[in-house]
Amino acid sequence: MQSQPSSRRCQRAEQLKASACSFLIPPWMLWLAMAVVLQQGVLAAERTNPALIPSTFAPESAPAHSISHLAGLALAITGAIFLVVAGLLIFAVIRFRRRANDDGTEPAQIYGSGPVEAAWTTVPFLIVIVLSLTTARVIQEVQDAHKPDTALDVQVIGHQWWWEFRYPKLGIVTANELHVPVSQATFLELRSADVVHSFWVPRLAGKIDLVPNKVNSMWIEPERPGLFLGQCGTYCGTQHALMLLRVYADTPEDFARWVKQQAEPSESNPSVTAGKWVFEQTACINCHAVGGTVADGRFGPDLTHLMSRDTLGSGALTNSPQALRAWIKAPDQFKPGVLMPAMNLSDSDLDQLVAYLATLK
Amino acid sequence: MNGTARTGDLGGTIPLASLSATEKTIFDQIHSWVVTVDHKKLGLMYIMYGLLFLVVGLEATLIRIQLAAPNLHVISPQAFNQLFTMHGTTMVFLVGMPIIFGFANYLVPLMIGARDLAFPRLNAFGFWLSAFGGLLLYFSFIGGEGLAGAGSAPDVGWFAYAPLTARAFSKGHSTDYWILGIMIGGFGSIATAVNIITTILCMRCRGMTLTKMPLLAWMNLIMCGMVLFAVSPLTAAQIMLLLDRFAGSHFFDTQAGGSAVLWMHFFWIFGHPEVYILIIPSFAFASEIIPVFSRKAIFGYPVMVGATLAIAFVSLSVWAHHMFTVGMTSVGNTFFVVSTMMVGIPTGIKIFNWLGTMWGGKLRFDTPMLFSIAFIFQFLIAGLTGIMLACAPWDWQLNDSYFLIAHFHYTLVGALVFMIFAAIYYWFPKATGHLLSERLGKWHFWLFLIGFHITFDTMHFSGLLGMPRRIYTYEAGRGWGLLNLICTVGVLFQVAAVFIFIMNVLRSLRKGKTAGNDPWDAWTLEWATSSPPPEYNFAEVPTVKSRRPLWDIKHPTDPDWKYE
Repeated sequence: MQSQPSSRRCQRAEQLKASACSFLIPPWMLWLAMAVVLQQGVLAAERTNPALIPSTFAPESAPAHSISHLAGLALAITGAIFLVVAGLLIFAVIRFRRRANDDGTEPAQIYGSGPVEAAWTTVPFLIVIVLSLTTARVIQEVQDAHKPDTALDVQVIGHQWWWEFRYPKLGIVTANELHVPVSQATFLELRSADVVHSFWVPRLAGKIDLVPNKVNSMWIEPERPGLFLGQCGTYCGTQHALMLLRVYADTPEDFARWVKQQAEPSESNPSVTAGKWVFEQTACINCHAVGGTVADGRFGPDLTHLMSRDTLGSGALTNSPQALRAWIKAPDQFKPGVLMPAMNLSDSDLDQLVAYLATLK
Repeated sequence: MNGTARTGDLGGTIPLASLSATEKTIFDQIHSWVVTVDHKKLGLMYIMYGLLFLVVGLEATLIRIQLAAPNLHVISPQAFNQLFTMHGTTMVFLVGMPIIFGFANYLVPLMIGARDLAFPRLNAFGFWLSAFGGLLLYFSFIGGEGLAGAGSAPDVGWFAYAPLTARAFSKGHSTDYWILGIMIGGFGSIATAVNIITTILCMRCRGMTLTKMPLLAWMNLIMCGMVLFAVSPLTAAQIMLLLDRFAGSHFFDTQAGGSAVLWMHFFWIFGHPEVYILIIPSFAFASEIIPVFSRKAIFGYPVMVGATLAIAFVSLSVWAHHMFTVGMTSVGNTFFVVSTMMVGIPTGIKIFNWLGTMWGGKLRFDTPMLFSIAFIFQFLIAGLTGIMLACAPWDWQLNDSYFLIAHFHYTLVGALVFMIFAAIYYWFPKATGHLLSERLGKWHFWLFLIGFHITFDTMHFSGLLGMPRRIYTYEAGRGWGLLNLICTVGVLFQVAAVFIFIMNVLRSLRKGKTAGNDPWDAWTLEWATSSPPPEYNFAEVPTVKSRRPLWDIKHPTDPDWKYE
């Protein structure tokens, strides 16, 4: 570079330098920008309640904590590897670029090196051993956890495209919204009625599939009361996207109150007999059950305490008598492909039916 | 091209008579491509076929538009499900496989000094099977009915989990098109794999022992061996699924006691080696391109071969890492954690060897090298996110989330597609006699690189925030909206880059700089013959003494064979 290169060569050198250096910039800038976006942009842009973001890095329950600790270790190790190797790559790209004053000779030819190869085989091998052993321990810790006697049992059954929850010891059947007590383990037994689904509430635990002809299990132990969102994790057909999950972690008192209310059939209200009649005389009862009535269908969600739930159609819309009416009139409009048909009821029948259903609290 | 093109310094000239100077109508030319059994023409047809479907595979753009903001209804859920099914199926079976087979077809005989593949007509048969398999799959848009009788193309996802594919859940014939289209293409893949293995084992030129073979040939040999192991179980499973759907058997029919998990095992014992089938050829391209543009011999040739063999071997025992969430025992999960992490070791060795090759070299940043450097960078990240996913408990969170999508697009786009572009820029002059424009090439590279990172870096974060794959829309307030918008913006850059690439190819075919035999000052045998090579490749079958025969000729006083 000290000698006076011709202007053409000088230009070429600048070009080479520019391409070598600018190669480094975009990915790094992007990663940096991305980190900033993640920290502030995401929350601000949507004015969202951070508690409702199903982030895997905001665990609120025992298995999710174990996982995020393991994730932290894995991130630290892989991050270190990334810095070293990417650093070497960037160094090589800058340091070994062909210079402007290159004499045109070939560089020294090196065909390999036994000791160097041995070193960069051994180090990854040791890393793999450390990470495998740690992973094995967490697998065992989560998967083979001892079930305490006080644990609550819930059966989860996946359907296209909703969740059935049964509390066998409490005599409760509900749908799409799971209530569990805080600071107490809940053990889930998961099955599928049709195709493969996956139960995933990131802040509480990792996901597990619901596989037909197979019984799986998992457990959660929320530490604080609140609502935790999740959804089906495995593609299960047309409305996989609207197979949303809500888990309510209740204080022990709230949970006891909820259990008491759910375990009894809803009060029958004489003013809605007409609507009840519509319900029982149409095909509604082929699929839906209401405790204490003739309706005992199993294909659709149990409606005994329909109005105690916050959503309809597995999260397709927020529950209210108006929303319920619109939903019954044309379910396909809110959840295209849903298996519940539009019943083509007359407006008066529909009004009476909704009035009846609205009493199922 | 001159009347007599010199074939490097390997001796021999090409007789004038062989160059078809006679006037041919367009129909004669098309006919000659249809009936050809020449490995170079078939190779180019494979690649063109793959590139055509690469454009079709940009149906992913529609997916990204639909997901750009929460609660969008640009396309219906049914159409969305078809799009991601067809996108995945197309990119793996109609883009990835044909392009890597195309390069193997074109390059292997030239690089080992052979005049064609061992079975030229089997080669043509394999190509046409693959081609018609792809057309059959796309015919489903007209001929098949989807889930809930809606739309027509397959909508069961590219891995078609049972029992969603059972007749009870997948009515009509769209799933049958998926099964048959891929199965027929699979027969073509098996035929071509047998052909390439035979060619490499039996038709190397004089002096080219297995240890003197270019790494590209080694890696394609191993890749084709894996095709035999991997595609067969998929074909078997598809036949079983057809029996379920049409003959009343119950392999995967859970309503009659069949097993959904069985299909997963069958699919992933194909599916995971398939990932390596797609990625090993990109290792092969990198192992040819990086040395030439670093001006150094590949670092640790025997270790590279050994590492590829190790990857192939270990990758046959890692399939159930796709099934950590299925509910295997803790012992089963642990086994697949260990085997999966083991694959990281030979993979790391490869990255180090490419770095070792660049170390102390004189790097030239032509477009093929730019793509190769980006490949190393992205493949490094893909490997590291792979290690994260191999930590089974973390996979319970990340499996089937956008993090997983980011991970494998880093592998299949960041590594494979980048290396396919590198390979096209590198070997285009050999195949056509014209160099691609470096100026457009640089535009292509930078736009694609920027677009790639905007789109796929972002996906890691939406996955970590709990966004599952294959959802046609999502609620506002989950923290995914902005990330998805950024993700979609990246697609614009990528589409622009691909457009520039197509322009570059079309323009350079007519106006590109004349390449000559050896535009990159390279060392393997394909650069010893004319560009494009004559039908018989070499006027005289070459004799080699080392892994870099052209180096030996260019440096008679310091040949490679003294050191190898």
